[in-house]
Amino acid sequence: MPKITYITHDKQKHTIEVQNGLTVMEGAVQNDIPGIDADCGGGMACATCHVYINDDWFDKLPIKEDGEEDMLDMAFEPKKNSRLSCQLIVSDDLEGLTVSIPSKQG
Amino acid sequence: MNKTDALIIGAGPTGLFTAHQLKLIGLDCEIVDNLDKIGGQCIELYPDKPIYDIPAVPECTGEELTNNLIEQLKPFDIRFHLKERVDEVKKEADNWLVKTNNGTTFLTPNVIIAGGVGSFEPRKFAPKECEKFENKSLFYSVKNKKVFYGKTVSIFGGGDSALDWAVELSKDCNVNLIHRRDEFRGAQSTVEKVYELVKAKKINLYTKYQMTKVIGSEKLESIEIKHDEGKTETLKSDYVLGFFGLIMQLGPIANWGLNIDKKTIEVDTEKFETNQKGIYAIGDICSYPGKLKLILSGFHEGALAARASFKLARPNEKYRFEFTTTSTNLLKRLGKKE
Repeated sequence: MPKITYITHDKQKHTIEVQNGLTVMEGAVQNDIPGIDADCGGGMACATCHVYINDDWFDKLPIKEDGEEDMLDMAFEPKKNSRLSCQLIVSDDLEGLTVSIPSKQG
Repeated sequence: MNKTDALIIGAGPTGLFTAHQLKLIGLDCEIVDNLDKIGGQCIELYPDKPIYDIPAVPECTGEELTNNLIEQLKPFDIRFHLKERVDEVKKEADNWLVKTNNGTTFLTPNVIIAGGVGSFEPRKFAPKECEKFENKSLFYSVKNKKVFYGKTVSIFGGGDSALDWAVELSKDCNVNLIHRRDEFRGAQSTVEKVYELVKAKKINLYTKYQMTKVIGSEKLESIEIKHDEGKTETLKSDYVLGFFGLIMQLGPIANWGLNIDKKTIEVDTEKFETNQKGIYAIGDICSYPGKLKLILSGFHEGALAARASFKLARPNEKYRFEFTTTSTNLLKRLGKKE
């Protein structure tokens, strides 16, 4: 199972094995990583699973689908490296992915 | 003071069907919701998205589901209190005294919380100092556009609300429109209108900028915005408007003495009652072993909470289970029989 590292706002690193096929959001929620709310449950409808992708990873991820950028308009402090973690599906290609969680989701 | 057999908090699908169940078994109910329209998340978050897992409805959108639920409530007289948020729930003898942020009060033996993930509130600007100016010179909605006339208004956002207000206020105000990227998600015709107004110098457009600071002591004087590439600009502003959509906040529910874990309320699976007698939680906001956050689960939970409410609302009567296909009582309530 690929290891994903979540860096919470207090700079704590949480490295977790997440099953292939789950989303990066689900990996966080199922392992009680604080800071990812995922209010809509993964429907790309709420922008409360917003994460920042570490520089070396941003371009390696599948590109955003229509609608993700629109939802990011509503995220709290969006940046150029923002993604919605519900749209990132875990696979072996994501081994070692590191994401940072913003100070809040809204 | 409104007296009712049951007060439902939340006008999403679960709240609506629970109202149906309550009225069907002969109880009164009223519904409070913080949004300005009926439908909850279905209408606010995904009105156009198709849903495929409502039993016997192969496909319907959030809006269609809401409209059908409203249609199903037609035989009944139900009072909705929209744009109101329940702030207080207090015990008063055998009843609950419930108060909204508008001062509406209810006295009821049964409070049914069908609040989804909480109430929808506007998303706010990131800089902390913005709070100081909120509802004075910084707003997340427009109540009276006339206060802006002749002033400089900085509008943030890229959706329809931001664009519509930029267009509208450009007639009588000096408008800055600021958005985090150079694409807008608003209606194409409005986007075109905005670009025309930018060309005509009626709107000053700043894209790839976000707010970093609000400046002013008593009164707002200016704001600082920062470009993606690091450049900052200071814009003189009398007013600031932010349109970043809505977010769900559990809000005051947290203060009602309920067992809450991870933003959900613990209930039993017989009555969907919380740790407080006469307060129930159903739909996405409740948790119990095996809970599924599906609309169909909300319907089931509401049907059982409605039956449980009967005991407290009619302590001297016995509830009798009946079918709508055969019961004269139920058919009368549904207006299908004289």
